[in-house]
Amino acid sequence: MQNFIRNLAQENDFQATRLLKILRAVQARYFYIPKQAIEQLAEMLHIPRTQIQNVIEFYSFFHLEPRGQFDILISDSITDLMLGKEELINYFAEKLGVKIGEVRADGVVSLNNTSCSGMCDQSLAGLVNGYAITNLTKSRIDEIVENVNKKLPLDQWSRDLFDVQDNIIKSGLLLNETPIKGEAINATFARGLMETLNEVEKSGLRGRGGAGYTTAWKWKFCHEENADQRYIICNADEGEPGTFKDRVILNSYADSVFEGMTVAAAIIGATQGFIYLRGEYLHLYEKLEAVLAERRTANLLGKNILQNGFDFDIEICLGAGAYICGEESALIESLEGKAGIPRNRPPYPVVSGYLNKPTSVNNVETFLAAANIALHGGEWFAAFGTSKSKGTKIHSISGDCAKPGIYEYPFGVTVQTLLDDCGASEVLGVQIGGPSGTFIANNEFKRKIAFEDLATGGSFIIFNNSRNILDIVHNFSHFFAHESCGFCTPCRVGTSLLKKQVDKIVEGHGSAGDIVALEELCQLIKNYSHCGLGQTAANPVLTTLERYPEVYQNMLKKISYEPGFDLDKSLETARRLANRDDAAAHLAQVEE
Amino acid sequence: MNNKSIVIDGKTIPFEDGQTIMQAAIAAGVYIPHLCHNPQFTPHGSCKLCTVKVNGRNCSACTFPASEGQNITNVTKELNDDREKITQMLFVEGNHFCPSCEKTGNCNLQAVAYHLGMTDNHFPHFFENREVDASHPDVMIDHNRCIFCTLCVRASQEVDGKNVFAISGRGIDKRLVVNSESGLLKDSGLDATDCAAHICPTGAILIKRTGYKVPIGQRIYDHAHIDTVTLANEGASHDE
Repeated sequence: MQNFIRNLAQENDFQATRLLKILRAVQARYFYIPKQAIEQLAEMLHIPRTQIQNVIEFYSFFHLEPRGQFDILISDSITDLMLGKEELINYFAEKLGVKIGEVRADGVVSLNNTSCSGMCDQSLAGLVNGYAITNLTKSRIDEIVENVNKKLPLDQWSRDLFDVQDNIIKSGLLLNETPIKGEAINATFARGLMETLNEVEKSGLRGRGGAGYTTAWKWKFCHEENADQRYIICNADEGEPGTFKDRVILNSYADSVFEGMTVAAAIIGATQGFIYLRGEYLHLYEKLEAVLAERRTANLLGKNILQNGFDFDIEICLGAGAYICGEESALIESLEGKAGIPRNRPPYPVVSGYLNKPTSVNNVETFLAAANIALHGGEWFAAFGTSKSKGTKIHSISGDCAKPGIYEYPFGVTVQTLLDDCGASEVLGVQIGGPSGTFIANNEFKRKIAFEDLATGGSFIIFNNSRNILDIVHNFSHFFAHESCGFCTPCRVGTSLLKKQVDKIVEGHGSAGDIVALEELCQLIKNYSHCGLGQTAANPVLTTLERYPEVYQNMLKKISYEPGFDLDKSLETARRLANRDDAAAHLAQVEE
Repeated sequence: MNNKSIVIDGKTIPFEDGQTIMQAAIAAGVYIPHLCHNPQFTPHGSCKLCTVKVNGRNCSACTFPASEGQNITNVTKELNDDREKITQMLFVEGNHFCPSCEKTGNCNLQAVAYHLGMTDNHFPHFFENREVDASHPDVMIDHNRCIFCTLCVRASQEVDGKNVFAISGRGIDKRLVVNSESGLLKDSGLDATDCAAHICPTGAILIKRTGYKVPIGQRIYDHAHIDTVTLANEGASHDE
């Protein structure tokens, strides 16, 4: 092990910023991060062992205790649940002979849940040793179980298990364009860098991750900051449940995304770029490396790009299972080899980002749009959309519809149009922008998708009338409690309290005051949390409570006070110790 | 000196460039409740008790820079009610039993709770199983009382130059860890004279055999409110 760790550290130039990459390799090799590795790495990277320990404990894909040689994770997104995930994971557990969350006694396999793996259009999905598996059915599960029990190496498994489809159903302005291989770089230098920035400004392009900050301003501020180095980062940490459009863009339009990054780098004056790819998209890693290699060969990356006297290169960095790293300052912390904890702002990343240098972090789709704008001009893009939301938006549609997949529309499109096109009927409501977005009811489908009405990062989850609102809220509340980074009190404690409060109501232990308490807790988390995660974590409750108060009310007991837990169940230990099970050893939940 | 100023609760307060709202407030004798802030160390901004409204928007006073034109509200029923709830969150997250804690009367968490008029814990308790590390000859850690303010982490890094403490883990599973191979305090470089050993705002890090040297009834907050004590201590520290 000592040699393995030494070589690994050496390959990574003993850089502490590469800690995630190093730990990914250790985890893959030993199925956990041994204590000895922590000690050795602390010494070789000159960082405290506690930093390494923190990183391991922070990211879901690192472990201090061994996982199985085959570590299987099943996506726990609401869309997976709607397709019978509970039954299938139980089937999986039974066939494998392992409990969910545990490692089989022989150490061969472990099984657990994971947050949405970005395959909602081909659910039930999961990961095996980090590689995406899709369309799980009982027969495919049987095949996996057989492979595991034969200890068949992953590269000998049927490729079909790992098949990931693009499912582009409706292309628009951007998806109709072919991948760009140097044309936008040439256009940028021919037009002039600042002139191209003006085109991006004219296009009205706003951040496609959901926040909607004007892209040209971000680049402008970054450019204007006095510094010896600046960085361009592509945020491909697509963790918002129900979003998978970046996966498709990277699979089929990677050239355009890298071209967009290169144009941005030329404008702001960066020579180094990173693409922070969520760990769940490991299956794209080699493909993207190959695209980068081709671009280096074609002089679209590297030194003196296309004879313009401009140097730039891109490095792919993989995440390790943490939704919070989609927040730009948390992403930067992660790139620096640390836990993904959002920074205090100001300073903003455009002033002090990666290694405290000016940094522009933009979404995958933003770079795709920017490359096309650099090539075709601002007007080309601004001709579509609304006055405040120019251009088109790429949506990931999933849930109860006939054709889940990727749809591109100009901004201003109504929700109803999307529903009609994807073949959704008997719709109860739609979750727009993922759990951190808005739940809208079926009397609101005339509303428009645009920053000024329904803002979205691209997640569009459809629920039909057979679905229960509270099941959805329950899933989302558990998601946020699991993903809270824990930095600030309102989010760390609040999201866990919210999870408990939702559970209490869903499980039928709620009483009169509990809705008021629920709402009060939501406001506290929303108003006082440090970053966007906490500020939006209560949205599932708040947006459904506003629309369906009766759904919550109906769950409440008709008494003034109800204990927040099951009284009788709590006495079980006492009964066992006293060796009693008579009627007097039981307690009614409420006095009738 | 310059004549730049901000307004807190209607009172005009001077500030210098580079100062946070908290620094300006303390220098001017205005108390903003806080637990994770101490002027000796880099601001952290995690407890969120110091949240104030800056031109209507919630900001952490300890990290947000003061700037011309800020109209700030600090003491309002709304803010103090919410600060009380945030304090209650800290109480239910850990296991805090003031009457049996040797820090009682000297504890900032307890004193802030009194200041905010907290009379119950409001939220359901977590009752987490947390451990005690009594391995060190002179210092002990009672994890039940840790509120993850990172004061000990920063004190050890910034004052003691040692890096003895860190916060590890994610979300509600966060915990204070010790930088030693065994993970125990006795194997770390901590000395009882270190700043980090004395900075804990609660009873999580205690110096052994000193707990009751000052009897209950004669302790800091037995006689003074936390606002007066803080302004006296931190105002003085700021002047240095």
